[in-house]
Amino acid sequence: MDFLQATNLTCIRDDRTLFSQLSFSLTSGQLLLLEGENGSGKTSLLRILCGIRLPEQGELIWKQVTDNETHQIAVHSNESYAGEMAFLGHLDGNKLDLTVTENLEFSKTLMRGNNCSINQALEKVNLNLFDDLLVSNLSAGQRRRLSLARLILSGASLWILDEPFTALDKKGIEMAEKEINEHLDQGGMVVMTSHHSVSFDNKKITRINLSE
Amino acid sequence: MKEASLTKVFIALLKRDLLLAYRHRAEIFNPMLFFILVITLFPLGTGADTKLLQTMAPGIIWVAALLAAMLSLDTIFRSDFEDGSLELLILNSHPTSILVLAKVLAHWLATGLPLIIISPFLALFLGLDQDVIGLLIVTLLLGTPVLSLVGAVAIALTVGLKRGGILLSLLVLPLYVPVLIFATNAIEMFSSGLPITAQLWILSSFLLLSITLTPWPTAAALKLSLS
Repeated sequence: MDFLQATNLTCIRDDRTLFSQLSFSLTSGQLLLLEGENGSGKTSLLRILCGIRLPEQGELIWKQVTDNETHQIAVHSNESYAGEMAFLGHLDGNKLDLTVTENLEFSKTLMRGNNCSINQALEKVNLNLFDDLLVSNLSAGQRRRLSLARLILSGASLWILDEPFTALDKKGIEMAEKEINEHLDQGGMVVMTSHHSVSFDNKKITRINLSE
Repeated sequence: MKEASLTKVFIALLKRDLLLAYRHRAEIFNPMLFFILVITLFPLGTGADTKLLQTMAPGIIWVAALLAAMLSLDTIFRSDFEDGSLELLILNSHPTSILVLAKVLAHWLATGLPLIIISPFLALFLGLDQDVIGLLIVTLLLGTPVLSLVGAVAIALTVGLKRGGILLSLLVLPLYVPVLIFATNAIEMFSSGLPITAQLWILSSFLLLSITLTPWPTAAALKLSLS
């Protein structure tokens, strides 16, 4: 079992307190859905959870519990946490002048990787016919699908997704939800923001509204 | 599954960046064209006095190489910053400093090395002696990687800024000056038949110091630029 535990997180940006004393914990198989108005600090919180940004106050701990031992690391002082986590931000993170396969090959080397092959991942996101195309020739939605394929290949147990459904069509959103569900069923964790209403099992979801 | 070893990641990143450089040939040719133009324009501007050109040639080539290196610096991290792949380079379990080193090496191979390869021809054009040309190549091989490595720190600091250009040259030039001084001084001394071991050792130590010391501040500056 993996745990992500946040205690009393506070984020201040340009003298404005976005949120303070925010605590939550997340375990394997759960999804944390961040809600709130524009500018309420959703993206800032995600960047704190990634380890890119430091919280002004508070503590973030990543715990791995196996049968006989507990392994615990503080997110902001340990590089090994970054290997447990895969991030999809506003930007897709794909190189436009590499082909779809070249992009995935590199990110698979960079991340820990799992048993899923590149072709399997491309099939899952319906990009298997585009594997030798340069990313600059893909549409915005297809690029987003490619980023999802990167997550599927990453082998990370925590996915941090900032508006993953942007630019995706109806079928694309269904596909992304299916992949997220599968990831949760395999014991993964997801933290995400979304403007779209999501259709996940309510037992799996924890909601936090940052505007309140 | 087992995590890919650091060497494998280093090589993968190096390959990726070289492939990207190859697909962006125009961007690579720009500094090289600048280098060739400056050097070919000098004799036209100063007149064809062979003696004068011979004494100025090492300085001309070095200044042109330094400015060309500065011109090309922006390409190290800019595109990665803009398409979000920089975040991915930082958010993984491998030490960012080593990944930075791979990126800088790729950048030097794509922009620095071509300059060194064409510089003997340009040096001949300026009337330099053959053994002086040999030394010029040695100083360029020792010096230009330092320019890339030190420049990477400054570019990492300014990559998040909209107009970091002026700040970049202010940050970088003072650090480039010692390399320029020792490199051209070595050639000057050599031409007048004096020993140049000291200069070459100093240039080598610059190189070793920048390989070992600059990746950390570069990695830290990149993280700062992203947060």
